[in-house]
Amino acid sequence: MDIVIAVIKIILALVWFLVLTLYLTWLERKESAVIQDRIGANRANIWKFRFLGLFQPFADAIKMIFKEDFVPAFANKFLHTLAPFLSFFFVAITICAVPFGDTLHLAGRTINLQVLDLNAGLLFMLAMLSLGIYGIILSGWASRNRFTLLGGIRGAAQLISYEVALGLSLIGIIMVFPSLSLQSIVRFQGENLLGFIPKWGVLIQPLGFVVFFFAALAETKRVPFDMPEGESEIIGFFTEYGGLKWGLFMMTDFMEIIIVSALLTTLFFGGWQVPWLAADGFQWPWGGGWALPHGIVVLLQLLAFNVKIVFFCWLQILIRWTYPRFRYDQVMDLGWKVLIPLSLLNIVGTGIVMGLLK
Amino acid sequence: MIRALGDFLEIIKGGLITVRHFNTNMWFHTLKVLGFKTKRKGAVTIQYPEEKKALAARHRSLHRLMRREDGKPRCVSCLLCVTVCPSECISVEAAEDPDSEIQKVPAEFIIDMSRCCFCGFCVEACPEDAIRMDTGKIELAEYQRRDLVLDLDKLLK
Repeated sequence: MDIVIAVIKIILALVWFLVLTLYLTWLERKESAVIQDRIGANRANIWKFRFLGLFQPFADAIKMIFKEDFVPAFANKFLHTLAPFLSFFFVAITICAVPFGDTLHLAGRTINLQVLDLNAGLLFMLAMLSLGIYGIILSGWASRNRFTLLGGIRGAAQLISYEVALGLSLIGIIMVFPSLSLQSIVRFQGENLLGFIPKWGVLIQPLGFVVFFFAALAETKRVPFDMPEGESEIIGFFTEYGGLKWGLFMMTDFMEIIIVSALLTTLFFGGWQVPWLAADGFQWPWGGGWALPHGIVVLLQLLAFNVKIVFFCWLQILIRWTYPRFRYDQVMDLGWKVLIPLSLLNIVGTGIVMGLLK
Repeated sequence: MIRALGDFLEIIKGGLITVRHFNTNMWFHTLKVLGFKTKRKGAVTIQYPEEKKALAARHRSLHRLMRREDGKPRCVSCLLCVTVCPSECISVEAAEDPDSEIQKVPAEFIIDMSRCCFCGFCVEACPEDAIRMDTGKIELAEYQRRDLVLDLDKLLK
């Protein structure tokens, strides 16, 4: 029975992840269109039924499936094929550590709404996101094209630089919520500061949030930081890919957005926590409360998590359609000379404040 | 340090511009979906095959040949349009007309639309006002090149 529950959780999490990824491509097109006073993709239809272009992702997927699977001459066919799958796999696997909600009590069982409650879930996610670099380097190298190789090297350099700031900015969070398990970090954020403000990570670690946000944006390799790819003019690491393999790289990009949003939500915005919502209903800080059945509470938590994730996806797409690309030396300067000192400062500051409050 | 903070504020202000665009446009889109009529629209897009922009009064579109009152073509085969055409897409073959006032009529008048550059010089050059570019037809695509070669019958329609 436990195995059945685990399989169901894996399937549901992956379906959630992939459907959200598909519709993130739709959101990207529509949001950029609205920002630029356009309408965006709205022509894909089923029996003349357009419905805001919501069928567009499926049309794209069908198009990519039926394209030619091309491997350039002299390229290493095995590695060339392996690279997109590696890239995709390391992002897709991170979903197993994302806490979707609190425990669900169903038919006498306690089901944790997380695929796998790793006690080092945070480290697991960071490690898997770092391993995604292999997909980039491999695709750059295996294509036997100097430009893709350079793109892969740029990508690796950028990701390694920002990995440092990404890790260091989270040490403050680990100090405040003394745990590496994402589920217990979220549980700690259910408490209240001064009795009425929800104790969300962003209020305790504002500097850590800013550093993490910038480093995470750089990790997604999208426009202000799109050194590795640069789809409009500099040639990137997946130039020699077409069809579904290219589609896997593109999906990896969008999945990274979701994972970064999930991390931001989980670590800094209370994950599935709704302010003042405890396991048996709302408990208002001014006294009194509003008792709710267990099912409603779980649904509210899932809804809160999804709303927060969609908000951060929206924010990242907004950033991608607002800012121009950094120059390469500016990217390196921002990473090494600004974000890393700030994250170190954040660790020291957090330590001092924690010592004084003790 | 202060300068860096100022730059950071400017970056955020830049982001707020796109947020403002998003919010205003989204507001008008939402009103439209809910069925309210507003003067302003959420997007400047004209959705082409369904909505069409009115053509300007002097817009140069597909050619047509004019007729006299008795139905014969006005063209007198003076070949001025053939001479002036920069893309050499007009070819006219003359024939004799029994009416001594007119003397010449076109036996064949061919415009190769695949070469025409819509400069309108033929219209300017014509002394008889026999050729005009005011049909308002701008969707001229065809599946075969030979369908783009228009002869006298098609031009007189």
